Amino acid sequence: MIGTPGAPVEAPREVTVAHAPRRAGSTPWRLLLRRPTFIAGAVILLFWITCALFGTAIAPHSPFAQQLLATNMRPSAAHWFGTDQLGRDVFSRVLVGSRSILEIAALATVLGTVLGTALGLVMGYLGGVVDLLVSRIVEAVLAVPLIILALLFVTALGSSVLVITLVVGFIFTPLIARTVRSAVLVESQLDYLSSARLLGENSARVMFVEILPNVMPAILVEFTVRLGYAIFTVVALSFLGLGIQPPTPDWGADITANYGVLPAGYWWETIFPALAIMSLIIGVNLVTDSIEQVLAS
Amino acid sequence: MATYLLRRLGLAVITLWLLSMIVFFAGQVLPGDPGRAILGPLAAQSSVRVLDQQLGVDRPLVTQYWSWVSGLVHGNMGQSYEFRSPVEPFIHAALLNSVKLAALAFIVVVPLGILGGVIAALNVGRPIDRVISITGLSATTVSEVVSGVIIIVIFGVELKWFPVSASAGTGASDLSQLDHLILPAIPLVLVLFGYIARMARAGTIEALESDYARTATLKGLKRSVVIRRHILRNSLLPTITVIATQTGYLFGGLVIVETLFNYQGIGKLIYTAASGKDFPMLEAGVLTIGIVYMVATLIADVLYTLLNPRLRLGSTG
Repeated sequence: MIGTPGAPVEAPREVTVAHAPRRAGSTPWRLLLRRPTFIAGAVILLFWITCALFGTAIAPHSPFAQQLLATNMRPSAAHWFGTDQLGRDVFSRVLVGSRSILEIAALATVLGTVLGTALGLVMGYLGGVVDLLVSRIVEAVLAVPLIILALLFVTALGSSVLVITLVVGFIFTPLIARTVRSAVLVESQLDYLSSARLLGENSARVMFVEILPNVMPAILVEFTVRLGYAIFTVVALSFLGLGIQPPTPDWGADITANYGVLPAGYWWETIFPALAIMSLIIGVNLVTDSIEQVLAS
Repeated sequence: MATYLLRRLGLAVITLWLLSMIVFFAGQVLPGDPGRAILGPLAAQSSVRVLDQQLGVDRPLVTQYWSWVSGLVHGNMGQSYEFRSPVEPFIHAALLNSVKLAALAFIVVVPLGILGGVIAALNVGRPIDRVISITGLSATTVSEVVSGVIIIVIFGVELKWFPVSASAGTGASDLSQLDHLILPAIPLVLVLFGYIARMARAGTIEALESDYARTATLKGLKRSVVIRRHILRNSLLPTITVIATQTGYLFGGLVIVETLFNYQGIGKLIYTAASGKDFPMLEAGVLTIGIVYMVATLIADVLYTLLNPRLRLGSTG
């Protein structure tokens, strides 16, 4: 660029400008799909989502069918993951058990993200009393581990799928709001906001039409990170007996139901749900990590 | 320095007060009628009313909150619904047990995490760095439910190296208690290792790239001396903060680990209180954990200020 003034410089610059909007739309996707970690994570997630949707059709046995003559059977050709204390097929229960956790974790994260984004926009853009108050509430919420706060609220409200979803979603709200707030604060230094304000746009329009599209990447990363935490929390709650109630197949609840017979050597009844949880969390983390890397580059 | 500490203390008090409101709201407003909850749906309305009066839950909410909070300030954390006695002795004993378990985990994980992070930083981009970073990250994200179960199967059931239950029984020697605590400590170590190693790695890399490290190398100091005298002192500062923050989160893991290994700590206490709907016990447990977290972060802030020469100069000069 140095030392070549005039027309030759002009032409390529125009080309870049013309291409810029199209590139912004498609490149992140292409960059993501080029990452093996993203592909691996997405495959794991898609596998469990398929199981959650069609688990009962895929599973070789009914997850509820008890065979009292074939309890605590080791893994075999007939029962890949063995059978549990009631003679139910562990493999089928693991496949179908993905439904409850994905459902609750995803819904709770969506709820927290929507509410948290709205709150974060208001905190970051309008500031004032709301900002001050919510920031302090975030501090208070952070002082207690997520699982314990969720445990307290779910106990108070009585355990059900709806309650767990709402409780986890509401606890996430101030935490997500804080992330969105700091992203908004960065944006509010930029020129396009002062011009929007000078044009006389009202606050709601500035927040949701001007700022929101620009903080979307930060919200996306926050969403995937929180999804991981939601899975963590829901597993912990159902392990503690506050989630899905038996006999509905659920990874956390199945671990609780069977870890009592671990010392007797029946490891397959708890290990396989545990490995399923691990694979789901690893899948979410691989996807999160890839999105973060692509957005940072 | 003094004003800074006072400010930090003030903020901590405000945060605790907000936390107490959240806990009070969850434990005493949301559940509805405690008398009904304790006596069950078949009890006569008159006996429910008498019990509510005994528990003091028929008073206005503001009065209830005030008497609860002023009790807390005087060290009276409430009466357990289940045991009909003050909750402090239970909290005290359970906290002591949890501290034992947490201390064991920290004694193992802090040197290990710092060592791992520093080794990774000194070998940035080489395979050993990738191995340490990826292992740390994976271990951090795996729920204690999962790691706990896998550890029980491998070391407790198959190899039979360690007892599966964490409680050694009353009157057991310290050594045998330690033996019982090793397995439950592993899931906690796994979760914490990644955080501490990542922080130590980032701090070390930053120090390695600094001007003073370059100066020290250029004036001819040996690499080991540069690392020991110039790098480590600076790189470990942010790690202290992370260790303190993790103390709080450790208690979240304790609920699961203590339940899984049947250990009578504060996590198990909270779990038992939740299953029995013993709200005063539950509230006291949650608040205790909040206080532990506050104290830990406060200590970290003080340590950070004391150890960081830049901050020290800034406040006196």
